[in-house]
Amino acid sequence: MLSLYRPGDSVLHRAPAGPKLVVLLVTCLAVFLVDELWFTAVCGTVVLVLWRIAHIPYRELGRQLRELWVIALLLAVFQVWANGWHEAAMTVLRLLALLLLASLVTMTSRTSHIVDALESAARPLALVGMRPGRIAFLIGLTLRFIPLIREKAEEIRAAQRARGVERRPLALLLPLLLKTLTMADAISEALDARGFEST
Amino acid sequence: MFRIEEVEHRYGDRTVLRDVSVELTERRVAVVGANGSGKSTFARLLNGLVVPTSGTVTVDGLDTRKDGRRIRAKVGFVFQDPDLQIVMPTVAEDLAFGLKHRGLSKADIDQRVEQALEDNGLRDLRDQPAHLLSGGQKQRLAIASVLATAPRYVVFDEPTTMLDLRSKRQIARVMAELEQPVVVVSHDMDLLEGFDRVLVFDEGRLVADGPPDVSIAFYLELMGAC
Ligand SMILES: Nc1ncnc2c1ncn2[C@@H]1O[C@H](COP(=O)(O)OP(=O)(O)OP(=O)(O)O)[C@@H](O)[C@H]1O
Ligand SMILES: [Mg+2]
Repeated sequence: MLSLYRPGDSVLHRAPAGPKLVVLLVTCLAVFLVDELWFTAVCGTVVLVLWRIAHIPYRELGRQLRELWVIALLLAVFQVWANGWHEAAMTVLRLLALLLLASLVTMTSRTSHIVDALESAARPLALVGMRPGRIAFLIGLTLRFIPLIREKAEEIRAAQRARGVERRPLALLLPLLLKTLTMADAISEALDARGFEST
Repeated sequence: MFRIEEVEHRYGDRTVLRDVSVELTERRVAVVGANGSGKSTFARLLNGLVVPTSGTVTVDGLDTRKDGRRIRAKVGFVFQDPDLQIVMPTVAEDLAFGLKHRGLSKADIDQRVEQALEDNGLRDLRDQPAHLLSGGQKQRLAIASVLATAPRYVVFDEPTTMLDLRSKRQIARVMAELEQPVVVVSHDMDLLEGFDRVLVFDEGRLVADGPPDVSIAFYLELMGAC
């Protein structure tokens, strides 16, 4: 569920990315540490209100819930079986509240701002020899190429269907892997050409 | 100026360029030839993406074998498939990408990105995710990102092959307006209007080199003869 930035001018859009990420992190911790159904429900409600404040239509919420419901359902069934109704409700509510909050943060923050914030947070890592700048680059590259790989998968699936091969995940995997590797070659060449230092 | 001296290039035991010597000083140089004749390999020699198996390539006196990085900063390169050249998720971020790690301040980078958006008619697409752009818009972005770094030369490898007629014309216009000297690989004869010089490759050899009418006539005959 990679809902990317949706341009807007709400308070949430204007808020800097760093604090938004901190709020997300703190909420994550709180929701898992405070083992109370009412608390999780309040968090969930707050997320819904924030959604409104960000002027993001509830239609979008519906769309994202539709993407999530299978996972939520599986999780619920498993939890009911393993831990009973109360735990099941807790787990599903937690998951939905946090995922929707995370999605709200990514929808109201430019990727570059999120990346900058993560980069400053990762600055101490430089002390142990890692390069925070690389983090930004990797996140950006990943966000760029996930849709492209999805597109390639669609193309391969269409080509297979045209030749009478219906949905077979394994038949998709190998050509997709090959295509992705070829793409990786071309991309690394393009990075070279654009002056990115690969060392 | 590009100087290519007695270049031969092999992939494994397959020779894909042989005995190529040429100096490029004109503002508009085109490269044509059949599929697999070595055009892309030749284009990649010019910014050191490919270093020849033997022979030398120099750009303004710098040798691609030793100064690859400096040469690539000088020679912008536009690939056929913009999807694989755009490496950041949104238009503005991709424009900024090539400007980072050049010792520019953040404010400087921002200002150059804004300028590039303006110059290339991409202002309305500033925050668009790259994967939602049309083919023509993608290629415009790929070119804009290269130009934003102010290269001294620009090499294009079949920049319009994947585009529809209208986008082809847009790109042709962008290219025509460039101040930099340009080397273009293309099958697209329309794109080559007004060029100073056309090189024809066949099976790894430079088989014709001259003004467009002469070279293109030669090329068409070569293709017809097959
Ligand atoms: N990375 C590589 N490894 C091995 N062989 C390669 C590689 N790149 C190109 N070749 C081979 O070198 C020859 C010349 O390729 P090149 O891409 O330069 O041709 P081209 O004239 O650009 O063709 P096209 O019009 O199809 O783009 C081809 O036979 C090709 O298969
Ligand atoms: Mg080629």
